[in-house]
Amino acid sequence: MAGPASPFVQITGVTKTFGAAAPALDHVSGTIEGGHITGLVGPDGAGKTTLIRMMTGLMMPDSGTIDVLGFDTRRDPARIQTAIGYMPQRFGLYEDLSVQENLNLYADLRGLPRAERPATFDELLTFTDLKRFTGRLAGKLSGGMKQKLGLACALLKKPRLLLLDEPGVGVDPISRRDLWKMVKDLTTEGIGVVWSTAYLDEAEACDRVLLLNQGKLLFTGPPSEVTGRVDGRVFKLSGMTGRRRPILAKALDQDGVVDGVMQGASIRLVVEPKVDVAAIAAAVAGADVTSAPAQPRFEDAFVDMLGGGPGGRSKLAEATTALPTDDHKPVIEARGLTKKFGDFTAAQDITFQIPRGQIFGLLGPNGAGKSTTFKMLCGLLKPTGGEGRVAGFDLRRDTAQARNRLGYMAQKFSLYGDLSVAQNLEFFAGVYGLSGARKRERIKLMTEIFDFAPHAALSAKDLPLGLKQRLALACAVMHEPEALFLDEPTSGVDPITRREFWTHINALVEKGVTVLVTTHFMDEAEYCDRISLIYRGRSIALGSPDELKASVATTENPNPTMEDAFIALVQASEADEDAGKAAA
Amino acid sequence: MSDPAFTRPEHRDRIRRFAALVRKETYQVIRDPSSILIAIVLPLLLLFLFGYGVSLDATRTRIGLVVESATSVTQDLAASFQASRYFEVVNGRDRREFEEDLLVGRVRGILVIPATFAADFAAARAPKIQVIVDGSDPNTASFVQNYAQGVVATWAALRAAETSARAPTIAVEQRFWFNPELTSRNFLVPGSIAIVMTLVGTLLTSLVVAREWERGTMEAIMATPVTAGELLAGKILPYFILGLASMSLCVLLAVVLFGVPFRGSILALYALSAAFLVPALGQGLLISAATKNQFLASQLALISAFLPAFLLSGFLFEINSMPTVIQWVTVIVPARYLIPSLQTVFLAGDVWPMFGEAIAVMLLIGAIFFIVAWRNTRKRIA
Amino acid sequence: MWWTRLKALIVKELLAVLRDPRGRVILIVPPILQLLVFSYAATLEVKNVDIMVLNRDSGAWSNELIHRIDGAPTFRHILRAQHPEAVRDAIDMQQVIAAVQIGPTFSRDIEAGQPADIQIILDGRRSNASQIVAGYLNQIVMGLSADTPGGRRMAPAVVSVVARNWFNPNLIFQWFMVPNLVASIALLIGLIVTALSIARERELGTFDQLIVSPLRTHEILLGKLIPPMMIGLFHITIYILAAVYIFHVPLRGSLLLLYGGAVFYLAAVVGLGLFISAMSMTQQQAILGAFLFMVPAMLLSGFATPIENMPSWLQPVTLVNPLRYFLIIVKGVFLRDLPLSEVMANTLPLALIALCTLSAAAWLFRRRLE
Repeated sequence: MAGPASPFVQITGVTKTFGAAAPALDHVSGTIEGGHITGLVGPDGAGKTTLIRMMTGLMMPDSGTIDVLGFDTRRDPARIQTAIGYMPQRFGLYEDLSVQENLNLYADLRGLPRAERPATFDELLTFTDLKRFTGRLAGKLSGGMKQKLGLACALLKKPRLLLLDEPGVGVDPISRRDLWKMVKDLTTEGIGVVWSTAYLDEAEACDRVLLLNQGKLLFTGPPSEVTGRVDGRVFKLSGMTGRRRPILAKALDQDGVVDGVMQGASIRLVVEPKVDVAAIAAAVAGADVTSAPAQPRFEDAFVDMLGGGPGGRSKLAEATTALPTDDHKPVIEARGLTKKFGDFTAAQDITFQIPRGQIFGLLGPNGAGKSTTFKMLCGLLKPTGGEGRVAGFDLRRDTAQARNRLGYMAQKFSLYGDLSVAQNLEFFAGVYGLSGARKRERIKLMTEIFDFAPHAALSAKDLPLGLKQRLALACAVMHEPEALFLDEPTSGVDPITRREFWTHINALVEKGVTVLVTTHFMDEAEYCDRISLIYRGRSIALGSPDELKASVATTENPNPTMEDAFIALVQASEADEDAGKAAA
Repeated sequence: MSDPAFTRPEHRDRIRRFAALVRKETYQVIRDPSSILIAIVLPLLLLFLFGYGVSLDATRTRIGLVVESATSVTQDLAASFQASRYFEVVNGRDRREFEEDLLVGRVRGILVIPATFAADFAAARAPKIQVIVDGSDPNTASFVQNYAQGVVATWAALRAAETSARAPTIAVEQRFWFNPELTSRNFLVPGSIAIVMTLVGTLLTSLVVAREWERGTMEAIMATPVTAGELLAGKILPYFILGLASMSLCVLLAVVLFGVPFRGSILALYALSAAFLVPALGQGLLISAATKNQFLASQLALISAFLPAFLLSGFLFEINSMPTVIQWVTVIVPARYLIPSLQTVFLAGDVWPMFGEAIAVMLLIGAIFFIVAWRNTRKRIA
Repeated sequence: MWWTRLKALIVKELLAVLRDPRGRVILIVPPILQLLVFSYAATLEVKNVDIMVLNRDSGAWSNELIHRIDGAPTFRHILRAQHPEAVRDAIDMQQVIAAVQIGPTFSRDIEAGQPADIQIILDGRRSNASQIVAGYLNQIVMGLSADTPGGRRMAPAVVSVVARNWFNPNLIFQWFMVPNLVASIALLIGLIVTALSIARERELGTFDQLIVSPLRTHEILLGKLIPPMMIGLFHITIYILAAVYIFHVPLRGSLLLLYGGAVFYLAAVVGLGLFISAMSMTQQQAILGAFLFMVPAMLLSGFATPIENMPSWLQPVTLVNPLRYFLIIVKGVFLRDLPLSEVMANTLPLALIALCTLSAAAWLFRRRLE
């Protein structure tokens, strides 16, 4: 290695293929510098984990080379492994060992001299705030704590290069920010950090990014360059009267509009260069709408790079009969829902009502209690206290009739992997009571709308992620349910697929379907009409996205993001709790 | 470029890494209930089953005894049957009483001392008795026939001696060495110890490695300076010790609870067991190198290690009676060499020439497994 | 309405097993392996064993005895020993299973009409086999004895035991084993396929979809039970065909009764499988659970060794083992033309066990939903 300016990692023309599938990495090249956080950014299946594993010397490329800290991964993997710190997905911790035992193990494996251990352990435990938990089994730590412990184990021997594989997945935003701060501090000491993520907002905070999609490298460089692509082409439309969803749908179909998403009560548009936004705004939303330029985000640019988002039409919704909107009884209702597992309270006293034609979101990190609440409402768990109703029925007690009115999309699109696309559709149709001509008709419709025909005989497990999601959605709506329950429906998919999905959902909602969605993506919350923020089993805030953001706006931060709102509200709620405890 | 973080691996570091891996494995064994299940509960269950449940000794077989006409001779013969420890006799006068019982399985055989017996016997007119057995269980049928013949022959000899009539011309004196009581438990229990070690050595080891892959911890520790060899050794040692511990527990139970005699030396016992664990562990590592999935690993272990140890090792079924092709297959089943030696250690004492041979072959098979496993254990994910 | 749902579930279950390469392997390999191994390899018969002869006699009768031993198909090689140490070594090392020692006056004694004797030493470590060998040797000796001058004179006085083997006159081992296999393959397949079914859904994450759907709990259970029962009946049929056409085992009883009993048997087995599956979180746990049940079930059922050989305190345990009852039915129908009353007497317990296991599975299932 010549000098400090040389890159820590040099990736040259790397290709890797597994089996008969498309390449996981296709002629990827790039560099990782020391003293920087480099983001490996992309949706699931982009090739991030494959690339990181190759940097550890544990996987070899089929062609191309990777040099890490001056060593070729093919020739000297052992030398690389002494100088790096690696945290794989799921953190690499031994669940049956305590925090201290895990640290001891890695200290021994990395050859940390005995004399240095007390000081190093002390420093790391303080740094990660795990000092009080040294005796606790790693399996009993929360997600955020596991993440920090994994990081501590990776940092034991002061590595020059730190490789983190999706360290922030599903963890609460506060822990994620803590981790980010910790890692940023490390870079000031000259350590090079690779942080892989599917969260595009994390990408923006990186010093440099390698943007991957389906194995191909789309961009490498500072994220600002990516964002710079759409400078001056991003606008926010606000002040609309009338329902915003049809407006968004119309906007997406306009020529010149590259992408559009909802942001609370406003609509954010990315347009082609030199397009008259005001004209478009007037065309879709009428005269009183105002359009103002908005700060471009990484995601806007990414979608632009991928060729723009989908249109606004949903053939699915068009084929759905509209539901009557005259009665004002809530379609989904939760009253004091509580669930205890032994002496652990997963959800405490959750209450809300969802009227017809609304999208309601349960927002919170993994383990907060949103899945528990969700499951209680759709009949998967029996509440310890309180009750949940759908269309007036209590699902725990009730008949097939009640269940026929709801559609369910499970996390990770649980489909029957060994069955073909057609067989999955047949199964769900049958189970929801469709038979004979009606069944054939609906299946044919789904196949047309989602374009399943070329893949009809493929086993569901071999489908690409986007198709899986579409199939899961098709199976969930074949019986035209009144209420849709969506559990983390877009986790891991690329932004284009996500937008397509929401186009369908929005259009269905316009036809009167009610939707309950859970997510830990703060941005996805913007699609909801109202959100309940769930943290540690409690609903700490309830309101529309704009209301929640407004409630935490300060002079320093007049336009907080959903994540800012979440963090501020959590901190407020913890302060309240502490005050309550102090007063008691 | 010389990276100051890298130096030639020192001995001290190696030992420290190895010790850390062993320590980690030990904690996991103690704290993970499924390991306890396979290492302790399952062996105890097996031992229990083979000690009590399975018995090849046809003791107390129920038979119906028909004495068509009661005379002193026939009563005397009947009494011999009744006194025999092999039969549980139900008396009757007419064979038809028992025919349905035989059909249904309430008795396993019918002994008929016909009405003409007393006269035929006195006149030396080829006296016969009839035994009707349930042929649908050939093993028991053979036993009943043989025992019946034995009882008759003994009775006839006694009578001949008493009346100083002619004795049978050829008398057979038979002795069963090592297990004179012919208790099948005495050979089943030592055999089941081999199966127990297969469970720990192969099934548990393959599961444990596959689990590390599935949980992602294998990846994490491979990204440290640890070498493939240290990884292997760190896995083997704890399970080697666990295998010997399970074996010791079983031997203790066999002797104390089941009363199986132990006539050999502890040295031979441990030498043989240690030698057996080499191929057992090697196979476990080989399976887990081939599949990084717990489900497949457990199936493979059950099919390629447990079942052969059970069926093809001479444990229950004689190897000589198997078709030649299958006999060739049993050559690579390590349990085949351990089981006769274990049975010898318990029942006969030390026969070092036999043990030496067995140990040598097991180590050879083990070496082959290990070499192949080694070649397949690289610090690689794919 | 409910039939549409149930049918969809049954079709899905069958497809899931048949389209999964691992499922196909389980459906094909174990049955074939089991049939081959147990019918040919795993036999309690004794053949091809080696014995040793220490012959200190130089007369014709000892040669005749050795000649007859040699001619018996049970014995493969006859090793000659010159002195007793060779016998001891050969038996210790398990080179031979038995040794026959003939004294120096053997032929002379026979010619003189005096009682002659021989010693047989057998390896008690292989006690089952050596008992059978002892039986064969005794037969040979008795045959020789009858041919000696003294024997011929005494012949009319010798009490002979005339044996008749009912149901299986030639004591063909396969007539015993193959019907047993019909029962055990149904146990194996029924348990494994069912045990995997719920555990697999849990692992895949599709279990929640089933619960959320209009399927009611009992419909889900039915939908999980019927496909393995169908598969089990299929395997039973294949085995029955193999028994009749390949192994020529006579089928003397009513096939209808056999299938009737099979249905209840499979219901009991599948109920157990569901119970195991409801308890397991992963497929691997399910397999180990099924295995944990299967080994004692096979050993304590009369499959290889009769129940009456077990200690009396252990025998009642077999009363809850469905395999025990079905073995009686299968062997009874094949070899003994078991009457209806007996079949019923064994089917009733099966029905009871089925009821218990299915209820337990349903209960556990419901509890797991909480």
